[in-house]
Amino acid sequence: MTNTLHVPTPQEITEPALAGKTETMVLNMGPHHPSTHGVLRLVVELDGEVVVNVAPDVGYLHTGIEKTMESKTYQKAVVLTDRMDYLAPLSNNLCYALAVEKLLGVEIPERVQVIRVLLVELQRIASHLVWLGTHALDLAAMSVFLYAFREREQILDIFELVSGARMMTSYIRVGGLAYDVPAEFLPTVDALLRIMPERIDEYESLLTGNPLWLERTVGVGVIDAESAIAYGLTGANLRATGVPYDVRKAMPYSGYETYDFEIPVGKNGDNYDRYRVRMAEMRQSVKIARQAWERLSALGPGPYTTLDRKVAPPPKSEITHSMEALIHHFKLWTEGFKPPRGDAYVSIESPRGILGCYVVSDGSPKPWRVHFRAPSFINLQALAHMARGRLVADLVALIASLDPVLGEVDR
Amino acid sequence: MDNQTLLNRITSRFPDAIVESTEFRGDLSLSVRPEHYLALAQFLRDDPALRYTFLENLCGVDYLGRTPRFEVVVHLVSMQHLHRVCLKVGAPEEHPHVPSLTPLFATANYQEREAYDLLGIVFDGHPSLTRILMPDDWLGHPQRKDHPLVEEEIAFTFNQEQIYAHKPFAKQ
Repeated sequence: MTNTLHVPTPQEITEPALAGKTETMVLNMGPHHPSTHGVLRLVVELDGEVVVNVAPDVGYLHTGIEKTMESKTYQKAVVLTDRMDYLAPLSNNLCYALAVEKLLGVEIPERVQVIRVLLVELQRIASHLVWLGTHALDLAAMSVFLYAFREREQILDIFELVSGARMMTSYIRVGGLAYDVPAEFLPTVDALLRIMPERIDEYESLLTGNPLWLERTVGVGVIDAESAIAYGLTGANLRATGVPYDVRKAMPYSGYETYDFEIPVGKNGDNYDRYRVRMAEMRQSVKIARQAWERLSALGPGPYTTLDRKVAPPPKSEITHSMEALIHHFKLWTEGFKPPRGDAYVSIESPRGILGCYVVSDGSPKPWRVHFRAPSFINLQALAHMARGRLVADLVALIASLDPVLGEVDR
Repeated sequence: MDNQTLLNRITSRFPDAIVESTEFRGDLSLSVRPEHYLALAQFLRDDPALRYTFLENLCGVDYLGRTPRFEVVVHLVSMQHLHRVCLKVGAPEEHPHVPSLTPLFATANYQEREAYDLLGIVFDGHPSLTRILMPDDWLGHPQRKDHPLVEEEIAFTFNQEQIYAHKPFAKQ
């Protein structure tokens, strides 16, 4: 049973135990358990304190987002994407928008792409800060959580500034953005990017060389590169095993090929390497965000959506003057746009791994099918492989290190 | 790796496996005959010149009113060649069975369970094909197009008898 590539189901563990065939103990963890980061239920088979097998039982947060999207127009469905990975709503918005834009074949202005990259990189930092805070909290390091949330709050303030909402932003829309960024946007982002490198040093000074932290993370939850690819692990979890695969480099989108950044990789695929990779990723995100900030400053004011009026509505000022603009506005909000028949798949590098969106159009204003390749959902499959033979306390550390968001797991 | 090279390599090995190949905005999609689906996936994974070792996405689509009604869509990625290919395989309404990719790609496990749970596509050869997102006692497959988008009544203590009375699983 050990280390064959197999994803156990809860029944596989509970049924032999109920039949009295095993000497081990079966423990139910969750769905409400602080260390499970949401409503994740784990069925754990224990021999003393050692994990023999563990099976995640998901679905407690299933809200049928994919089904609901089929009854909304393409523009209205954007709102639902926020609710999947609620720690990275802008990444979800971007993935969905890119997929529909691919169907439409619409051209996106450079300024819009730069703002998108800037926001998505800030989102990555914000999401990694929650991971860092909760990961440290699970290993009894309370103070890191307080430091991490201090900067996360600052990033959420930027999201509030641009979209009016801290978390459920729905800011990246099909064809561009919901509205233009305000004048205070650039100085506020500048202030954040200035302090961020030294703040990351601060978190690292608390943890990187801390003997307690090393004891709980080094060599815990190890996975090799080959198994990681077989299980479909992506994001920092994959890169910690030494595979330098990042969609931003491999199949660039939104102009990532023009930015200068590196892909941090680990070596051992344990909790500590995942920690190092994510910390390095935050630094890279600051670097990308700074480049995007400079480009945006150089570009100055400009369009915030595509100029294709069949996809994005005209600005309000035009509506009062132009009959054409009024018609476009009316048609877009009553009927929506109709992409050609076909299907498109787009994947992006979300903070948790490869987030994919598959959209099928039947030529009507509503999507025929939308499917999300949710990285948290797929990453969970490797949990049993990584946890076998470790202690229960390591299992808690491992869940935090895998960084699942249950809203995305269950959709 | 470009689409044409890949297509040539596949057709030289499997001359009659592909029903249709389409290229949409640079992405290659191949409709595969069900009998060749598993062999083709294995060839894509193991061929030293291809190495599509990473199954990125697997999902089902319900094309109600079309034959075959269901389609399983698989996106395979070659990390070596930085190229993605999409395989599509149909499944008829009366017998929605498709071979499972889980023995080849462990990551297909949850994704096939999801497609089974929500669309009712059965993956032959899957080690544990059970519901994953919906409750185990759920009847029907909610993402099918003929399944209505309705609210689920919530059973509270004062009305649970009444609600359970018209739910089939409560009668057992």
